[in-house]
Amino acid sequence: MNIVVLVKQVPDTATRIKVAPSGTEIDRQGVNFVVNPYDEFAIEEAIRIKEKLGGQVTVLTVGEQKTEEALRTALAMGADEAVRVSAEVQDPLTTARAIAFAVRELAPDLVLAGKQAVDDDEGQVGSLVAALLDWPQVTVVTKLELTAEGGVAEREIEGGVEVVEFTLPAVVTAQKGLNEPRYASLPGIMKAKRKEIRQIAADQSVTLDPMVRTTALELPPARTAGKILTGMDAQAAAKELVRLLHEEAKLI
Amino acid sequence: MILAVLEAQDGALKKISYEVLTAAKKTDEALSAGGVTALLIGPGAQQAAQSVPGNGVQQVLYAEGDAFAAYAPQAYAQAVLAAAQAASAQAVVFGATAFGRDVAPRVAAARSAGLLMDVTELFAKDGSLAARRPVYAGKAIAVVQAVGQTAVAAVRPNAFAAQAAEEPFAPAKALGVDVDPVSVRAKVREVRRESAGRAELSEADVVVSGGRGLKEPENFTLLEELADALGAAVGATRAVVDAGWRPHHEQVGQTGKTVSPGLYFAVGISGAVQHIAGMSSSRTIVAINRDAEAPIFKIADYGVVGDALEILPQLTQEVRRIKG
Ligand SMILES: Cc1cc2nc3c(=O)[nH]c(=O)nc-3n(C[C@H](O)[C@H](O)[C@H](O)COP(=O)(O)OP(=O)(O)OC[C@H]3O[C@@H](n4cnc5c(N)ncnc54)[C@H](O)[C@@H]3O)c2cc1C
Ligand SMILES: Nc1ncnc2c1ncn2[C@@H]1O[C@H](COP(=O)(O)O)[C@@H](O)[C@H]1O
Repeated sequence: MNIVVLVKQVPDTATRIKVAPSGTEIDRQGVNFVVNPYDEFAIEEAIRIKEKLGGQVTVLTVGEQKTEEALRTALAMGADEAVRVSAEVQDPLTTARAIAFAVRELAPDLVLAGKQAVDDDEGQVGSLVAALLDWPQVTVVTKLELTAEGGVAEREIEGGVEVVEFTLPAVVTAQKGLNEPRYASLPGIMKAKRKEIRQIAADQSVTLDPMVRTTALELPPARTAGKILTGMDAQAAAKELVRLLHEEAKLI
Repeated sequence: MILAVLEAQDGALKKISYEVLTAAKKTDEALSAGGVTALLIGPGAQQAAQSVPGNGVQQVLYAEGDAFAAYAPQAYAQAVLAAAQAASAQAVVFGATAFGRDVAPRVAAARSAGLLMDVTELFAKDGSLAARRPVYAGKAIAVVQAVGQTAVAAVRPNAFAAQAAEEPFAPAKALGVDVDPVSVRAKVREVRRESAGRAELSEADVVVSGGRGLKEPENFTLLEELADALGAAVGATRAVVDAGWRPHHEQVGQTGKTVSPGLYFAVGISGAVQHIAGMSSSRTIVAINRDAEAPIFKIADYGVVGDALEILPQLTQEVRRIKG
């Protein structure tokens, strides 16, 4: 089973967001970049499938040279090969087009991605890639079982789970709960350092004009602290809280 | 025309459908697109189509039958594309639900249109559809704009006021669409419901979440009792999910669900950035924590400093009393 895992480098989830002078991006100064947490589940799943069924795991990112750090992290976890698609992508559709171009060349049986990147929170790229390749997709997956021709996956929906049957090749996007990602081993880290990262450049057949433009990035209105009840016994505090929610906030 | 893709269960429109109708009308105003056509797909679509409010909706299309008996993204995307074509739709509006998030990208890719995902506001900008959408788990808001005249949008649950569910209803008619079964290579085999009759987290008006401050998994019954008294959904922090106290579909936060209810209770939750990221757009936040210095109090509209295990039963009792 040959698997391509889509990996994006994103700011650490603890990052305090500041808007850059351009007004459309975050200030990247001092930001710690990591592998998108959902992509870690995808990498882990790919390695487990390889351990079980054989084959090869290729991690792929679209981005500038710095994003190779994310690929090296994935190599250190146990991926075999790494590819960086150098393309200027500005929205999910162009990102997906660049990915689909490279995936056609790599011709894997399965593409694994994260359900969502925690920077832009789009949750689109997996389904977009599937659509562009005319492959089936299963998104937000918490359980995956594969055979040579297809598989069964469980995906999270509102208040329940859908059990989905699909054939390969397919795109599957990973949700928390799918597995526990492993840490990179020391030999893995050493090996990853030396590994060559292959570059693929999208040719003219790929339209990279964005279909969505970000025209501004704003900070949400700050929340101010409210009424905090202290030094009351439980019964009095409960009574007063419910009174406030009922009479003042009119929410109960 | 704007195509509003609605959702139904057991032949009845879901709450998100009324929100999608409001959003579709906003989109119609923004693009001067000449009206709204609604679409329902799947089992019960025909029945649900009879109850779509006619206020501003020209017609309702429905697609039922074998090809749509179980959810299959490729088949459902084909139905949406056929309806968009039949209605000459300039833009397609979904709810950003499990269904909308799954299928909207396929529709956008097929139409080479920009997809404004998980938006909380829709408006016109330079003749195109524009939107506000939370990014970085709500730590920032992006203003995004579709390029050109076509667009697809998926609206965040609870962000748009629901269109009134009133008569007269819009006229309904079957959508003509042929799906080649060979083109459908992923299909739902079974659906398992897990919510024990409680409201679903991302759609609920009230959410009651608990953290490590509840001390033991058994104490979550106290939280569930309050949730039931309020008609609320139950949420949890990653700390308690990782400890195996609660299922992961209850996790609220940057790597869990994002919720924006009218009322959010954070009980025994410290207020780590990753948790706040998933709930800071709640309209009113209530915190209960033993530690007066806990960061959650910085964003709380109301708070109680005290022992959650003592306060929860009192609170439940008081809510029951007031609700009669
Ligand atoms: C990559 C990454 C992603 C993450 N994603 C998420 C996410 O999506 N969601 C999430 O929630 N977290 C997430 N976290 C974890 C987050 O950083 C915190 O560790 C977590 O939110 C803490 O959970 P907690 O508030 O339950 O526990 P704690 O931080 O331990 O807080 C417990 C609180 O309970 C209070 N308390 C104790 N006893 C009582 C009592 N008897 N009565 C009342 N109060 C009491 C304490 O004062 C304390 O404030 C993520 C972390 C990382 C690194
Ligand atoms: N630039 C990128 N390079 C590689 N994979 C990406 C990129 N952007 C998104 N992805 C993949 O698509 C998933 C969803 O991203 P998004 O649609 O941006 O939320 C991520 O978890 C990644 O697996």
